[in-house]
Amino acid sequence: MTDDKKLTEDLPEPVVSKPRINASLVWLVPVIAALVGLSLVIHAWYEAGPTINIGFQSAEGLDPGKTPVKYKSVIIGRVTAVRLSEDRSHVVARVALEKSARGFATADTRFWVVRPRIGLGGVSGIDTLLSGAFIGADVGQSQEPKDDFVGLETPPTVTHGSPGKTFDLHSDDLGSLDIGSPVYYRRIQVGRVSSYHLNKDGKGVTLQIFLDAPNDQFVTTSSRFWNASGIDVSLGADGLKVNTQSLATVLAGGVAFQDPPGPHDATKAQENDAFTLFNDQATAMAPPDGEPRYIRMRFNQPVRGMAVGAPVEFLGVSFGRVVSINLDFDEKSQTFSTLVGAVVYPARLGKANDKLVALAKAQGDDEQMSQMLGKLVDRGLRAQARTGNLLTGQLYIAMDFLPKAPKVEFDGRARPLEIPPAPGDFDKIQEQIADIVAKIQKVPFDQIGNNLNDSLVELHKTLQQVNGSVLPEVKTTLQGAQKTLGNANNTFAPDSQLQQNLGGTLQELQRAARSLRVLTDYLGDHPDALLRGRRADNDKPSQAPPLPPPQDAPSQGSKP
Amino acid sequence: MSDLPRAQDLGLIGCHVCRMVCRDIGAPDAACPRCGSPLHKRKSASYTRTWALLIAAFMFYLPANILPIMRTVSLGDVDDNTILSGIIELWVKGSPDLAVIVFTASIVVPMLKFIALGLLLISSQRHSQWAQRQRSKLYRLVEFIGYWSMLDVFVVALLTALVQFGFFSQVAPLPGVVFFGLTVVITMLASMTFDPRLIWDGRDFDD
Repeated sequence: MTDDKKLTEDLPEPVVSKPRINASLVWLVPVIAALVGLSLVIHAWYEAGPTINIGFQSAEGLDPGKTPVKYKSVIIGRVTAVRLSEDRSHVVARVALEKSARGFATADTRFWVVRPRIGLGGVSGIDTLLSGAFIGADVGQSQEPKDDFVGLETPPTVTHGSPGKTFDLHSDDLGSLDIGSPVYYRRIQVGRVSSYHLNKDGKGVTLQIFLDAPNDQFVTTSSRFWNASGIDVSLGADGLKVNTQSLATVLAGGVAFQDPPGPHDATKAQENDAFTLFNDQATAMAPPDGEPRYIRMRFNQPVRGMAVGAPVEFLGVSFGRVVSINLDFDEKSQTFSTLVGAVVYPARLGKANDKLVALAKAQGDDEQMSQMLGKLVDRGLRAQARTGNLLTGQLYIAMDFLPKAPKVEFDGRARPLEIPPAPGDFDKIQEQIADIVAKIQKVPFDQIGNNLNDSLVELHKTLQQVNGSVLPEVKTTLQGAQKTLGNANNTFAPDSQLQQNLGGTLQELQRAARSLRVLTDYLGDHPDALLRGRRADNDKPSQAPPLPPPQDAPSQGSKP
Repeated sequence: MSDLPRAQDLGLIGCHVCRMVCRDIGAPDAACPRCGSPLHKRKSASYTRTWALLIAAFMFYLPANILPIMRTVSLGDVDDNTILSGIIELWVKGSPDLAVIVFTASIVVPMLKFIALGLLLISSQRHSQWAQRQRSKLYRLVEFIGYWSMLDVFVVALLTALVQFGFFSQVAPLPGVVFFGLTVVITMLASMTFDPRLIWDGRDFDD
């Protein structure tokens, strides 16, 4: 130990420095760590929103911990778990909403899975092809809290709070319309079909359409809606008509609306107003139909070309259509007649109808206005089956006043009311043609034929005679004529005697003519030469020098 | 008592910096006469500091594992991964070897450090003489692997820097990796503040 002491004593002593920081300050580190951890916990707890369950048909595209819930492309929550429902009929996605999205856990919030969709109406959700599906949300007005939701299988076409109006359309059937089908106004898309359901009684369909602002203001209380789906090809009495709204509606269907032409009530329609959805534009644009009436016509001639649906016109105004065509048998006359039933809408006649109704009421007529109709029939009201289209032979029914039509009895008590028929245009033409044919038939074609035949026989005989006796003589005559012509030919040939003689004669004649002229000239100058004879040439030798030799001959010749 | 005498038995104290040996005068604030650095027989407040740092490290370790550490965006497909979910994904997607490496580096090693340091602290505070040599080796091991525990942090840092292809592929760090880094750093500090000589101080109480 002394060694140790010695060792220690040799060693230097440490110096004493100032006091150091308290070591217990190190506990600040875990305290800070704890604070950080605590802040994280508090933050998480504070940020945590409600947890909700959403039922879907399939979990396709739903990824626990990853699939976000988005509202207007903002993430408001995330799927934390996906499990099967207890009865295994659907899946339940557990979604942790963020605190700011508390308001989404209310009764009328809707959720749906946004996946890529390719439909006839267009393509949507393409971005989810890469990023994966997400759950879309749409919040309503409700404040009532709710935890369990049933997700929509298709995205809603109308989101809450989008400006615009919803209207109800009543229709007989859905046609080719579907949720999302476009609604057109003057061929511009202004809205879409948001939902549809069968009426409770099963007799019809009610569609809800949503029109975006500001185009919803174009709907007035008198607007007409019609189904603009597909290609509207109608081959009727008016000819072939093809009508379509847009290429998209041809495939996917659509609704169009417009105000009727002419004066109408232009009050703006209110939210949830109900309208009728017509089958096509023509029906939609027609004046309000009012109460339909059933009338009947009995045609005694066949009405080939008449079809159910053919128009019924009154003085050119279409106000109904044929609904039935069948045959009737009259026991008395043992003839068939055609019964054509038609539904007419007198209200389509407009003012005339109003006035007639008022008049009928004033006169105490019954509801069917049979008395009024009787009067009209007396004045010549008749139904005619007329050809609307010569090409197709389609018939329509025209009601016209034919004052010359034979009087008929009108049975005002018959139900349905029967409008007496009149033969149609075509029938008239047929009659006239028959007349002509009858007249032609009166011509005695047989006699004419016989006579003609006799004459021809005579002619034949004559010709035979001509052939037998006349022709050989003609032949000899012709030969003689040929000879004569040959002689004549020889006579007139250029080298013939006759020609040469003729030439000489003509030259002589020419000379004679010249002498005569000289003579007359001379005599003109010297008329006294006739008495005194020719004088010596002393006055104008230039005038006559070339003439002396020939002058002599004629002068001499003429002298005697 | 076959053990050799320790410096404190001989009244000696060594400087940690310049290795000068001085007489132990028992003053709490002694400093080295040559280089002026503080002198102490054992690292000062070793137990307290190590405990405090170990607890702090463990506190950071919890969020490091709960929070996602990395976000990978691939063709618009956003994927946030925690350490454990990343390991599971690696395992499921056919890289079990990588999964084992990441699991070892990110889960096993930090846990091992907590357990080892805790064991060393408790046994030394109880002046236990149990397996003193092995405990020393354990301490050296903890010191050694401390440098290699930052694997996750390096991976995230490298990927974030390298994988920046906009829409096609992108990697971004998330808060978890910060906590993981803090955990690693603080455990390293904890193992530094622990004085391994404390392992051998147990015999004082056997006498």
